[in-house]
Amino acid sequence: MSSYQQYIDLFNAQRALIDEHAAPVLNAQREAAAEVLQRVGLSRPKDYTHVDPEALLAADYSLNLSRYAVPTDRSDLFTCAVPELSTSVHYLVNEQLVSHSREGDDGVFSGSLREFALRYPDIAARYYNRLAMHDEAPYDVRTQSTNVTAHRPLGEAALNTLLCQDGFVLYVPDGVVVERPIQLISLLRAVEDFMACQRILIIMGEGAKASVLICDHASQLRDCKLLSLQVTEIFCAPYSSLDFYELEEHHADCRRLSSVYVEQHEGSSAAVGQYALTAGQTRNRVFIDLLGHDADTHLYGLCIADRDQQVDNITYIRHRAPKCHSDELFKYVLDEEARGSFVGRILVQEGADKTDAHQTDRNLILTPQCHMVARPELEIYADDVKCSHGATTGQLDPVALFYMRTRGIPEAEARLLLMFAFMGDVIDGIRIDPLKDRLKHLVEKRFRGELTQCRTCAIKK
Amino acid sequence: MNNGQSSEDVLKDLTSSEYKYGFTTDVETDIIPKGLNEDVVRLISAKKQEPDWMLQFRLEAYRYWRQQPVPQWGHVKVDPIDYDNISFYAAPRKKAAAGDVDPEILKTFDKLGIPLHERDMLLGKTTGTELSAVEASSTMAVDAIVDSASQKTTYRDKLAELGIIFCSFGEAVREYPDLVRKYLGKVVPVRDNYYSALNSAVFSDGSFVYIPKGVRCPMELASYFRINSSGTGQFERTLIIADEEAYVSYLEGCTAPMRDENQLHAAVVEIYVHERAEVKYSTVQNWYPGDKFGKGGVYNLVTKRALCAGDFSKVSWTQVETGSAITWKYPSCVLKGDNSQGEFYSVAVTNNYQEADTGTKMIHIGRNTRSRIISKGISAGHSQNSYRGMVKVLPGAEGVRNYTQCDSLLLSKTCGAHTFPIMDIQNPTAIIEHEATTSKINEDQLFYCQQRGIKEEDAVSLIVGGYAKEVVQKLPMEFAVEAQKLLSLSIENSVG
Repeated sequence: MSSYQQYIDLFNAQRALIDEHAAPVLNAQREAAAEVLQRVGLSRPKDYTHVDPEALLAADYSLNLSRYAVPTDRSDLFTCAVPELSTSVHYLVNEQLVSHSREGDDGVFSGSLREFALRYPDIAARYYNRLAMHDEAPYDVRTQSTNVTAHRPLGEAALNTLLCQDGFVLYVPDGVVVERPIQLISLLRAVEDFMACQRILIIMGEGAKASVLICDHASQLRDCKLLSLQVTEIFCAPYSSLDFYELEEHHADCRRLSSVYVEQHEGSSAAVGQYALTAGQTRNRVFIDLLGHDADTHLYGLCIADRDQQVDNITYIRHRAPKCHSDELFKYVLDEEARGSFVGRILVQEGADKTDAHQTDRNLILTPQCHMVARPELEIYADDVKCSHGATTGQLDPVALFYMRTRGIPEAEARLLLMFAFMGDVIDGIRIDPLKDRLKHLVEKRFRGELTQCRTCAIKK
Repeated sequence: MNNGQSSEDVLKDLTSSEYKYGFTTDVETDIIPKGLNEDVVRLISAKKQEPDWMLQFRLEAYRYWRQQPVPQWGHVKVDPIDYDNISFYAAPRKKAAAGDVDPEILKTFDKLGIPLHERDMLLGKTTGTELSAVEASSTMAVDAIVDSASQKTTYRDKLAELGIIFCSFGEAVREYPDLVRKYLGKVVPVRDNYYSALNSAVFSDGSFVYIPKGVRCPMELASYFRINSSGTGQFERTLIIADEEAYVSYLEGCTAPMRDENQLHAAVVEIYVHERAEVKYSTVQNWYPGDKFGKGGVYNLVTKRALCAGDFSKVSWTQVETGSAITWKYPSCVLKGDNSQGEFYSVAVTNNYQEADTGTKMIHIGRNTRSRIISKGISAGHSQNSYRGMVKVLPGAEGVRNYTQCDSLLLSKTCGAHTFPIMDIQNPTAIIEHEATTSKINEDQLFYCQQRGIKEEDAVSLIVGGYAKEVVQKLPMEFAVEAQKLLSLSIENSVG
């Protein structure tokens, strides 16, 4: 039996309970999600990726369908702060918001997805689950091209939609600039095997501007497995600008299946960053659709993995309008028995002329037990384009190491410095300066092995 | 392209390009009934008077093939192939005395510019001025294959003096069964893939080369493949063995008549390279590409692989792909010996409705193995051109070095250029680099040429020539000139 069946059964049995603690807009999507899940099932590792969602979801996780409040004392739980950065902070424990939603005079809403969907059902219905039903478009042998309108949905995203009851939403109306970065501190915390269906929805109005920082943490009270099933949907209306950074500092026992969907219209600008500092098994998918001309996108990824951690990054950027620009940079450092996989695909649709798309993947592997797979792909159906990709896998430059040692720097320190420098340009892509400094600090700590449980940043036990 | 060529002639050629090799030769042909089953496999084996082990090899392949699904992963549209509508064996009946070649066939090869008289050289007598300097030094032995049967292998005796075996595959099975049995299927196993299994079951002829220890083959060896009969496919098998410290440069050329139907060509090439030996394999592939509406053309679905078994061995693949309606081809290197080297140089040109999915695999097993991949794709018309490649480094392969560069040039708004590489790295000492760019022809370069009075079309051909030069110059001289012209012809009328 496929492992999704238990969730369908659960849904059928507990439908009333699930609906009761959610909102009609969310409930309206469940039937379709169940149908999709039945049809496509959960994905298996293929094309040289490592993480196996079908196997991960086969375990018997508990879910918090009745929305029992998680006993938390906020001040006790979180001390996460980025020095010199003043943020509006929201707290999420598992998939429940433990802070209050905020609605400003300018119409900016940040907070609970459920509340938003109850208060503004029209807006929520217009955006909720519109992107998540779509995923990688298959290559169509009949038309000899990738059919960008025929979407093949992803089972994991459908499963999230099936069970999702609440989440986080940021709504920025037309023309509003949100000055303070919005920080969402998300904590996985459970005493038994637990699955959280996290959902994030970001709606940027025309000309709106905001930045969002998400810090994912985990705290296990006992020896148990935690799975975070995340779906993030981001809409960028014309000429809006959004920075979206996600920092993962999980435990080795955590599993994470995340899908980020971004839709960008003309003249919009988005920066998406996925930083996996500590992960158990992580699969990040980022799917960016450039629908309007002159849209601009920056996608960054960083991964530091050791022990037997697995990190897959699957990215797909589609240029569907002329004159768009995309820039993608991913870097991996793998140590011990870590396994990493990067699958990056750029598609330029017919007619998307003057496209400027660049993709780079650079990987360092430090031991013979590591395994790194890189698949940078270009699929181009227009002729007036500039596209490139580059991928390298290797080790630290022995000449540079030698040079540093001749200057009296011990070998271990020299290695650290070089690895740190290696990660430099991914971090430099961040558009919030204090966060940049903070991340540099965290990466350095991580390399020094002081960040096995993110003691500094986040959680007091 | 015959007779004295000046630059004006080349330009004249450019304006009147049609597929030049589209004629058929009217010879009496022995064709077996269409369809594929165990009896057909037995019949082919019987016609070739093969020993039982060869028949068993074929039957095993056939049984495996029958159970396999058709692979779908390529970025090409292969219409379902009706295997019951193909005749798997067709050989011209010999009219002349034994050992001689039918005069019609001789004429055909003359027309193609491939001399089957030993005193001639490839292109030498026919091409004239350009090659005169080369002629003196270049002698080439040719194995000419029409449909399913080898017609003639030249210079056999001269090569035999050095202990080199160069003959048709059928003869090799009869005369050197031990050698064939030792190496057949060792590099490309029967169960390697769908098309190699098909080939293993029904292959009819091909070339067999054995270079003994320490021998440097004094001339280029060449196979020339031609599909002549309609309703047939060509399934040739080439096996090249370079013993310790041997060297050989091998060329392969191919053409087919123009036909409305899609003809199937599913070949297997195996190269086994011993310690310190080197094999250079060059292909100029010019099967009939179909007409400009995408009708007809050859399906070129081949498996080519070299095994660098010994330490310090080296293999170099060079290919210029201009023909075929569909190309599905990945000449690969398994670098098993320590310090062995693999190289892949490719230019693939697609025009009209052609589709090419081509690239290479470099499997690094031995220590300090090195590989280099240079792939240049040029797409025009409504064509699709993909590079698909894999670089794999196994855990024990210390000190591996790979450099890959694959560039694509787009000449029309309706074509596609794609890159699908995989880098699978399991050893930390490997240094793997991959670079790819896709763009259209540089407008500044085009403008510069036009400003100096060069017509747009000629300017494009000039720029493309320069773009492909890195690969073309790796070809042996005899092929390089040919390839350069083919490139110009293939992209003609594709500007805009």
